[in-house]
Amino acid sequence: MTVAAVQRPPKVMRQASAEGVRLSLSGDWTLVASQHLENEGRRIVDEARRDRMVAIDLSAVSQLDTAGAWLINRARHDLARRDIAVALEHVRPEYLTLLEETHYRAFEAPARPRLNLVFALLSDLGESAVDALREFYRGVSFLGEFMASMIYVATHPQRFRFTSLVAQIELIGFRSVPIIVLINVLVGGIVAQQGIFQLLKFGASSYTVSLIGILVLRELGVLLTSIMIAGRSGSAITAELGSMKMREEIDALLVMGLSPIEVLIAPRVLGLIISLPILTFIADMAALFGGMVVSWWYGGISPVAFASLLKDAIALHTFMVGIIKAPFMALVIGLIASMDGLATKGSAESLGRQVTSSVVKSIFMVIVMDGLFAVFFASIDY
Amino acid sequence: MTNSSTTLNGALQPRPNRDIIISVRDLVVGFGDKTIMKGLNLDVYRGEVLGFVGGSGQGKSVLTRAILGLVPTRGGAIRIFGQDRDALGPIERRALEQRWGVLFQNGALFSGLTVKQNIQMPMRETRELSQPLMDELAMLKLELVGLGSDAADKFPSELSGGMVKRAALARALALDPELVFLDEPTSGLDPISAAEFDELIGTLQQTLGLTVFMVTHDLDSLYSICDRVAALAEGRVIASGPLETLLASDHPWLRAYFHGVRGGRLSAARVEQKDEEWKPAPTTP
Ligand SMILES: Nc1ncnc2c1ncn2[C@@H]1O[C@H](COP(=O)(O)OP(=O)(O)O)[C@@H](O)[C@H]1O
Ligand SMILES: [Mg+2]
Repeated sequence: MTVAAVQRPPKVMRQASAEGVRLSLSGDWTLVASQHLENEGRRIVDEARRDRMVAIDLSAVSQLDTAGAWLINRARHDLARRDIAVALEHVRPEYLTLLEETHYRAFEAPARPRLNLVFALLSDLGESAVDALREFYRGVSFLGEFMASMIYVATHPQRFRFTSLVAQIELIGFRSVPIIVLINVLVGGIVAQQGIFQLLKFGASSYTVSLIGILVLRELGVLLTSIMIAGRSGSAITAELGSMKMREEIDALLVMGLSPIEVLIAPRVLGLIISLPILTFIADMAALFGGMVVSWWYGGISPVAFASLLKDAIALHTFMVGIIKAPFMALVIGLIASMDGLATKGSAESLGRQVTSSVVKSIFMVIVMDGLFAVFFASIDY
Repeated sequence: MTNSSTTLNGALQPRPNRDIIISVRDLVVGFGDKTIMKGLNLDVYRGEVLGFVGGSGQGKSVLTRAILGLVPTRGGAIRIFGQDRDALGPIERRALEQRWGVLFQNGALFSGLTVKQNIQMPMRETRELSQPLMDELAMLKLELVGLGSDAADKFPSELSGGMVKRAALARALALDPELVFLDEPTSGLDPISAAEFDELIGTLQQTLGLTVFMVTHDLDSLYSICDRVAALAEGRVIASGPLETLLASDHPWLRAYFHGVRGGRLSAARVEQKDEEWKPAPTTP
């Protein structure tokens, strides 16, 4: 970094005198001199080490600050410990106060417990195992609390914050439409292009339409949307709740007798649960559209042919498989985001960590859930 | 830099030709369609403690932030250390910023760093010092502001309000600046701590030749350590000068401020007793 120029660097001059040695200090004994100051401070001790009596003359010191005064005092202390008599001479009255304020004192560092490596490793391992279990437990209890507050809201609909819910739907749902449409058109197009390209080798390029229809409706639409929303809205929820936690806003709600779950979390999670199926539907349409355009332009399948092939390939349940998953994905994203937000500690760093962990965890959970659903739908033959 | 011996003790007697360290001329600051500073003029002299008073929401913090360059101005000029702030290039600005220290109203400690690391932050970034020396200097600063060594390794979220103020002051003083801005340093402190804080600022001001720009509501601080007081109302400095001048002013807000229920009690007490007698003794061991 930039170090401001030192006009009068600090200096120590040694003169032997009748009684012992005389050290004349000069220049700016200030922090601006950085390293220089530190070295000169050390030189005071070095120069006087072999003498019995030292006089330190401050008459030529043009500036002194706490760092300079501290170094002089520390040098005095070091010399005194070697049984060398030290006298300060020609000290300006204002420097005297400063030197008194910064008199030498030992700062002992608070003892840190030292663990050996194996110990530390094992305890870390144990800690993370316990943390993982505790996290799972917290997740389940959080889900319970959320459900309880949903039931409460269902029985007391006048207590529900509809404005807040609508605002969340706008924020989570409506504002994500452009990006969701964009990525799904692209992915639909890519699947179509690859399908046509690979299936052409078997002369089966018209099966591309089945491929697009089934893949998009059952899996891709909902997965891409969920991952996008986990990154976009899950992170926002965590950051929002986390900074509210940091600034004691959550505590303020609690002491007013309000439940953060009811006031803050219910509208957000419900907003997600309502938005995600709608977004999934939009994503499905966008991906089919992308697939259709690429099939026409790249595979020569006209939109009319595309539509009739699609009609044969899919049924209502193909579409429903995707849509049914959406609210569950939303619940998982919302709960993880809220939980991680509320787990934020006092520092900005912790907020960053929570947001990262929320996004990573919810994307992971979305994929795990999708796998579980695949097993489930296969076993019920849906 | 001027010789610091000229700034000492003489500060109490306003001298006609003192160095002006901050000069604000015709400052206009606003947010949206609301104008907060309407042509404000203010001078701060080298080596003085300027107390800045004004009703809540009148713009004391905004003025501080405008001088620091954190709030865009709509008009007027601000000169600091004789340099026009708006005309400075980035390197000169850096150099300027290393010559002042700021205590924000809410402390603004870095939440991810311990108190000690907070104090060492400016040293680490702008000076080349060995870690042991930085540790010692940080501990020294902590002790100067009245925090024990057990606070050094705490994070800001683990501190009380008063401790945050002290730690933030220690950070503001980390580089031994020539000029410090204090935004309500004693608000939220108990009277004893507040008096110690005042005394601390007074001592530092005298030993280091500091210039202090202090926004405060604390009448005690105004009485005990401020050389001059400036009052803000309606977007302007309505009065400035030694406290007596302001006490004698018949501006309605100033009358209410100094001669209202709380102010009146204090100024009455002041007349009866001398400074040293009622100020609580510092609790130095
Ligand atoms: N960033 C901002 N945007 C809009 N208005 C602001 C902003 N900062 C401060 N204000 C307004 O400026 C006025 C002065 O605020 P402030 O300087 O904080 O008052 P105080 O004198 O109590 O320190 C207030 O009316 C406040 O609402
Ligand atoms: Mg303020």
